[in-house]
Amino acid sequence: MIEPAALLLASTLALATPLLFAALGELVHERAGVVNIGIEGLMLIGALAGMVGCHLTQSPFLGLCAACAASALAGGLFGVWVVWLDASQIVAGAALNILAVGVTGVAYRAIFGVTGAALAVPTFEPLTLGTDNADFVLLAPLRQDVLVYLALALVPLVWLVLFRTRLGLRLRAVGEAPDAAASVGIPVARMRWGAIIAGATLAGVGGAYLSLAYSNTFAEGMSSGRGFIALAIVVFGRWHPLGVLAGALLFGGATALQFDLQARSVAVSYHLMLMLPYVLTLVVLVFAGGGSGAPAALGQPRGAHDEGG
Amino acid sequence: MNLAPNVLRLLAIAVAFGVSILVLIAAGSDPIVALGALVGGALGDRYALADTALKTCPLLFTGLAVAIAFRAGVWNIGAEGQLLVGALAATAIGSAAGALPAPLPAICALGSGVLAGAAWGGLAALLRVTRNVSEIIGTIMLNFIAIRLVGWAVHGPMMEQAARYPQSDLLPASALLPTLVDRVHAGTLLALLAALAIWIVLFRTTVGFRWRAVGANPRAAAVQGFDPNRALVSVMLTSGALAGAAGAIEVLGVTGRLYGQFSAGHGYTAIAVALLARLHPGGVVLAAILFGALAAGAGAMQRVAGVSAVFVSVVQAVTVFSVLALEAVRPRRGAHHRGGADGGGESP
Repeated sequence: MIEPAALLLASTLALATPLLFAALGELVHERAGVVNIGIEGLMLIGALAGMVGCHLTQSPFLGLCAACAASALAGGLFGVWVVWLDASQIVAGAALNILAVGVTGVAYRAIFGVTGAALAVPTFEPLTLGTDNADFVLLAPLRQDVLVYLALALVPLVWLVLFRTRLGLRLRAVGEAPDAAASVGIPVARMRWGAIIAGATLAGVGGAYLSLAYSNTFAEGMSSGRGFIALAIVVFGRWHPLGVLAGALLFGGATALQFDLQARSVAVSYHLMLMLPYVLTLVVLVFAGGGSGAPAALGQPRGAHDEGG
Repeated sequence: MNLAPNVLRLLAIAVAFGVSILVLIAAGSDPIVALGALVGGALGDRYALADTALKTCPLLFTGLAVAIAFRAGVWNIGAEGQLLVGALAATAIGSAAGALPAPLPAICALGSGVLAGAAWGGLAALLRVTRNVSEIIGTIMLNFIAIRLVGWAVHGPMMEQAARYPQSDLLPASALLPTLVDRVHAGTLLALLAALAIWIVLFRTTVGFRWRAVGANPRAAAVQGFDPNRALVSVMLTSGALAGAAGAIEVLGVTGRLYGQFSAGHGYTAIAVALLARLHPGGVVLAAILFGALAAGAGAMQRVAGVSAVFVSVVQAVTVFSVLALEAVRPRRGAHHRGGADGGGESP
């Protein structure tokens, strides 16, 4: 009874990690008043850049650096549109997703050839914890790679920055009342730029986790909706890092449970099980009262206020 | 006054093709060969032209669906899911009603697809109105639920008799749409009629006026006594119905059956279509033809030039970014106009 639970917890943590990176990335965006529905695309870009970087250098760490650079760059593109040009955040985010599908597809084919033969790259290996004894199942939840620990460490870190530093206070002010923030001298555009670049980088790391730790290669569309679940996790988590952690664990757990039931060939349709996280999201949002608690200026381009003056 | 924005649209398309050619060069392809194959596959002969018409049809329906929702200030990102449930319902009803006299099975199938799409859109509206669940999150989640629903159906209750592939049996001929010329089915005609109907609704009826009023300025519309929630529900029902029609017509006019990977992302491409069209029904027709031609040519480009067919996504995305950028640099007309929501047509 305890051993299956330990294994389930281990796979929950692994499945929650990409969601946690992506949702923390979206959280940083949204706290600054920016909705980015292009998180899915940023993950895809991070996954490919990480795999290509790792393939070239044979180092998962350098692959991760490449993923950070590529997703920050893609986030910068999004920033040009939503901060500088005051474009609709939703439309720019949707375009970012479409762009990521196209660019990663074309680039993958251009780099690795028409067949796109599955290329294995070195990955982040699970920490051994001083014992190589894999039979000791109870330690399985702890036997994770460094990215899992990084994701968990980011939760208190993001909380600290958002709620215990002047930077975080200013960031949240920009998300709640950009005009008031501007009137006391907070550089609204610069704060949003920072949030977008940092958030996009986190999403990219979430994508790189998929190609450098969870698996050892890239596949077209491998983010497979995780970026969209991240959006829901932020709402579920009430725009708070701890809530986001709870949401990521819940969704990771639901997915882990589904794999587990499938492995035991429990007679539940695989496809209905795959539907579970999304249904769960809606159910949770229905009972959690939807969007109450969102940053007040979420999704509003600055121009909506600026144009009068 | 209407000329300048249209010139900007053409400029956006030109920019998109310029950037796309750079992407082709960066990917190591010969852009002349690739684009030649693209144009040939879209317009080269009768077969190519028919292909373009067939690829245009679902984009026209979903483009209209997104355009009216965005006009009303409702972020329907869910045309994809609404299309899928439309296809699912049309397949189920089409095979069940196959024995009825001639035009009835097709009509029932199409009607059920429209209703299913409307229900899927209406569900997102209901979540927003009653439980304050953002329609952005709601429609995105419903997209994924629809994808899994189709997967479950074609692996389970609707799987073909032979049980070999995850797909439904071919629908009886009585449920299929008649073809007009070559392979082009009657659904393309319906798509054009839908564009006309939506134009009339938007610019010649009170409902359409309310949608536009709520979209342009919800507060002012509320002061005039327009209930934004009612506008939201009615526009989502209509939007979902249009997307559902797209799915039903794909089944009844093109594939004849439902299968696992049924959707080709029409619901997301629709956002690009609607935006390029300045959310105007007439513009949607032109933009859908453009993106339909691109989709038709993409296959040829992949075969001839070895460029992944998802290259078309790059063109679409760059088009959207260009439109957004050009809209931003265009001087706006008033403090409360949203970009794109102020295009053409007159108030009744």
